[in-house]
Formats: sequence, C-alpha cells, structure tokens
Amino acid sequence: MTTLRRDRTSATSTSHGRRRGEGAQGLLFTLPYLILLLLFGVFPAAYAVLILFAEFNQGTPDFFAAGLENFRVAFRDFRIREVSVNLAKYLMVSVPFGLISVTLLALLLHMRKSRGAATLRTLFFVPGALAGVPAVLLTIFMFDPNLSPFAPILTALGNESVVNTLAEPNLPTVFTLLSFFAGAGAWIAIFYGGLNSIPNELMEAAVADGASAWQLAWHLKRPLIKPYIVYMLVIVIATNVQLFAEPEVLKAAAVAPINPTWSPNQLGFNFAFQIGLFGVAAVISLAMLAVGLVAAAVVLRFTNIFQS
Amino acid sequence: MMKRRTKRNPVEQIELPTRIFRWIVLAMFAAFWVIPVVWLLLAPTKTDNELLQKAPLSFGSFSTLVDTWNNLLWFNDGAILGWTFRSIAYAVSALVIAVLTALLAGYALATAEFPGRRLILGLTLTTMILPVSATVLPLFLGMNAAGLLNTPLSVILPMAFFPFGVYLAYIYFRRSLPPSLLEAAAIDGASSWTTFWRIGVPLAKPVIGLLAFMNFTVNWNRFFLPFVMLNDPDTINLPVGLNAMVRSTSALRPTFLGTTPVKRPEVALAALILAIPVAIVFIASQRYLISGSLTGSTKE
Repeated sequence: MTTLRRDRTSATSTSHGRRRGEGAQGLLFTLPYLILLLLFGVFPAAYAVLILFAEFNQGTPDFFAAGLENFRVAFRDFRIREVSVNLAKYLMVSVPFGLISVTLLALLLHMRKSRGAATLRTLFFVPGALAGVPAVLLTIFMFDPNLSPFAPILTALGNESVVNTLAEPNLPTVFTLLSFFAGAGAWIAIFYGGLNSIPNELMEAAVADGASAWQLAWHLKRPLIKPYIVYMLVIVIATNVQLFAEPEVLKAAAVAPINPTWSPNQLGFNFAFQIGLFGVAAVISLAMLAVGLVAAAVVLRFTNIFQS
Repeated sequence: MMKRRTKRNPVEQIELPTRIFRWIVLAMFAAFWVIPVVWLLLAPTKTDNELLQKAPLSFGSFSTLVDTWNNLLWFNDGAILGWTFRSIAYAVSALVIAVLTALLAGYALATAEFPGRRLILGLTLTTMILPVSATVLPLFLGMNAAGLLNTPLSVILPMAFFPFGVYLAYIYFRRSLPPSLLEAAAIDGASSWTTFWRIGVPLAKPVIGLLAFMNFTVNWNRFFLPFVMLNDPDTINLPVGLNAMVRSTSALRPTFLGTTPVKRPEVALAALILAIPVAIVFIASQRYLISGSLTGSTKE
C-alpha cells in the first residue's frame, strides 16, 4: 500500500511532495505565526543586544550612549558576587542530585513492568502540577517544624522553627528539593520512554550471558540512555540558572530573612524595575544566557554525544 | 539451559539485595512526593490553629473547608475569582492562538515551497532556545512603548508565540502527510485552505492534543512574565495574585499576629486551586505521559 503510493507520488509530484507555484499561499498560511515570530522572538532578541549599550532616562532609551558603562556597573556591583555564589551553590547541589536521582529512579522502575511501578510513575509525575508558586508555598509549609509531616526529620536535624530550616545557608538544598519535586517526574517519564526503546533482543542476550538485574541496568541500560541524560543536563542547567519564582515568593512570604536579591534573575529584575537601569539588567540576562550556553557547549564536548 | 532463559522476560528476575534496595528507594521517593500533596489536600479542612495542633495528616471538617473558602473570598472582595477567571482566559486565548498559528505554519512549511521558508525554520529553532529571562526585559520595553502594559495582550501574545509547537507540527506534517493525498486533492480542484482543513487538520489530531497540552501546562503556571507585565489588581492572574496575597496578608509569618482571616489554610486552598487545572490535564493524559510516549520513542 505504502510503496504503491510512493511510486505514484514520485511520478506526479516534485521532490519531498512540496508543491511549487503555491508560494503565496504558503506564505499566507505562515503569516500569523510569522508576525508572532518577529514581534516576540526576533524583536526581543535583537532589542536585548541594543539595550546592552543604551542609557535609560525615565524609561526612555538613548541608544549607544552608554558604551560599556552598563557592563561596568553590573560587574562592579557588590551583589553580583553574592548572586553568583548563590547560583553556583544551587547548581552544584541541584544538577547532580537531579541527574543521579532521576537516572536511578528510572532504572529501578524499569526493572519490572508491574502495575505498582506504573502507579509510582504517575505518583511521581502528577505533583508536577504544583510547579511554580504553589510548590514554593508548599515548600514553606513542609519546612516548618511546627506543622510539617516531616517535622521529626527537621527537628532531628536541630531545627526549631521555619527561621532555621529556611535560613540562607539551606536555600540551595531547599530550592533543589523544590525543583526536584515539581520537575523530576517529567524527566523520569522521558527517561522511561528512552529505556522502553532499547531493543528486547539486546536485553535478552545480556540475561542469557548471566547479567543480573542490577548489571543490566547499570552496564546496558544506563549507557544506552546517555543521550537523555546529557539532554537533561543541558536543559536543567539552562533552566536552573533562571531561578526567580522560588526566592521571590519566599521573600513575599517573609517567613525567614532572605536576601531580597538572592538569584541573578532577581538582581536583574531589581536593576530594571526598581532602579530603572534596564541596560544593566540586560547585561545580567546576557550573562545568565552565556552560562547556559557555555555549560551546554562544555557538556556536549565532554560527553562526545554527537560522535557516538 | 540457554534456550529456557532467553524465552523468559529479560527483566523478570531481580536478586534479593537489588529487590530490597529497589523498594526502599522507591518507597522513600513515593513518600517524598505523596506526603506533601496529601498534606496540602487536607490543610484547607483545618483552621490555622488546628494545623499546628492536630496531626499533620489528619482531616479537619467540611464546615472548616467552607469557612476557609469564605475567608479566601474575603480577600479584596473575592479577588481570587477574578484572578482565576483571568488565568483561564489568558491561558485559553494563548492556547487557541498558539495551536492555530502552529498548525497553519507547520502545514505550510511542510507542504509548500515559498521564499523565506528556510529562514523561518532557522529563526524558529533559534528563538526556541532563548530563555524567558533574556527576552522578558525587551518585551516589557516593547509593550510599554506600544501602551500594552497591564493589558491581557501583554501576556497572551508572548504566551501564544510557540516556536516549539510550530516545529513539532512541521515535523508531524512532513512525516505523516502522504504527498499523494495532496496531489489527489489538488487534482480534484481543492484549494489549499480546503486541503488544510479537510485533510491536514483531521490527520493532525494527535499532534493538536500534544501542542495544546504543552502550551497549556507551560503557560498556566508561568510567574515571571505576568509578574513583570501586570501590576494592576484588575489584570493580574492567579500566580501573581497569590504572590500578592501572601505578601500583603503576612499569612505565612509565624510571629505575625495578623488580623486578616487569610491564614495558612487559605493559602493552601489557593495553591490547590492554582494547581487543579494542570493536575486534571496530567491525570487525563497520564496513559500517554508515564509511558514516555509523548516525550520519547516507545514500543509499548
């Protein structure tokens, strides 16, 4: 059936089945999206570059008036060091914890395709609905020893109140658990899909060679889902660099003292909307983008993902 | 011996230490995910004092739940109803525009040859990876210049720009639309529009579901964009409103002797209201989600 169709096609149509002479129609179909693409994709990207060198007075830009002044102001601000250290700590905790836990859970779940394992995957996934503000509020409750179901653990660790548990030194860990709670279920589903696509014959051969379930998971399955692990690494770094809602809602809740500009994104927001220095904020946005891109480049080079 | 083994399901046998380790780890993480959700579901049935005194995972009463709801309505004369309505309106408007534009563009990019086609595809891939934090600031200045700040359009339009969806629709049409079908339609004298509407859209039903799912779940919980664009109480949506409520009532401050009826149970209820739509979507589509078939290839 399919081959028949193809034969007929190759005789009557142009390459790839695209019809020529319909250029105007094609463009017309694309036009609504094209307008959005130009206004909300191309324009902001181009304008962000212009803002880097612009001076702002009462919100009106004077292009190219600032020279490199915005860069100087951004990198001389004492807070840039604080937010960089905060972000570095957060990434150092959240990235390894997320990667290792998600890989481990996906491998463990995939060992046996039982109904219980399927239920667990749902249980891990659905809390993702709380992502964003609800998850931050829930975190505040869960870290309050006075009402949390985890209170025995919190008090055993020497915390008397939410002021202790949500103290600044704990925030990288707190934000790690928070983002893991809201996001890991989706990654487990993605990894599981990857594990499912491993050919059965490969696993049968390994079992025939006497591989245990653990050896199968670690030596066969894990290397085969490496592309997914690398993909998660790149995306998680790029996403976590943008941390904003978590410290912002924590600040609004005012349950424990927190630096009003804890993350780089908050510092950028502060520069733009509280001080009016949009150019400096743009420099910080660019720096965050650069961190994500450099991390992606390093990861891809280090893991040789495109060579294997 | 060999033959007997290969006939078995290759993942059926797990040695005891692995089995024990497996169940301990899975149970720990199950507790990590389930206990907070159960706590949150129970919290609005208790008063603020009961939250402190009763067992964390105990049920209060239905009458307290009604009180909690009324207390939540007290805040700025039922402001939460407006936030919820606007959250739905913004997300649904963005979804309709996003899915329509993505289908049209994906279809044209896959089936027609026109000037700028390659450029549009290239720009789509590039803008797809731009983080929100890099574009929000120029978008804010652009919206300000256009006089659109604090209007629904300032969040709906950026949320309707869905390059990932365009790319998905493009790949889908490229793969699943047999060129012969288009040829036959053209020979029968059908216009491009008729072909799109009669052949393209019905064929694209699975991808329409996927696009709607992705666009809605991403946009519903968004905080940064509406937080920047909206600060008028008459235009803010649920995430921004909830943040404002938490800040202005000090509902979560342990030492604050608040005089407002908005306390922790009310905040918990508001958080649940915000999470319910996505939870419903997740549960409805769990069959596709947990098999990984939405996100990766699968044999199941």
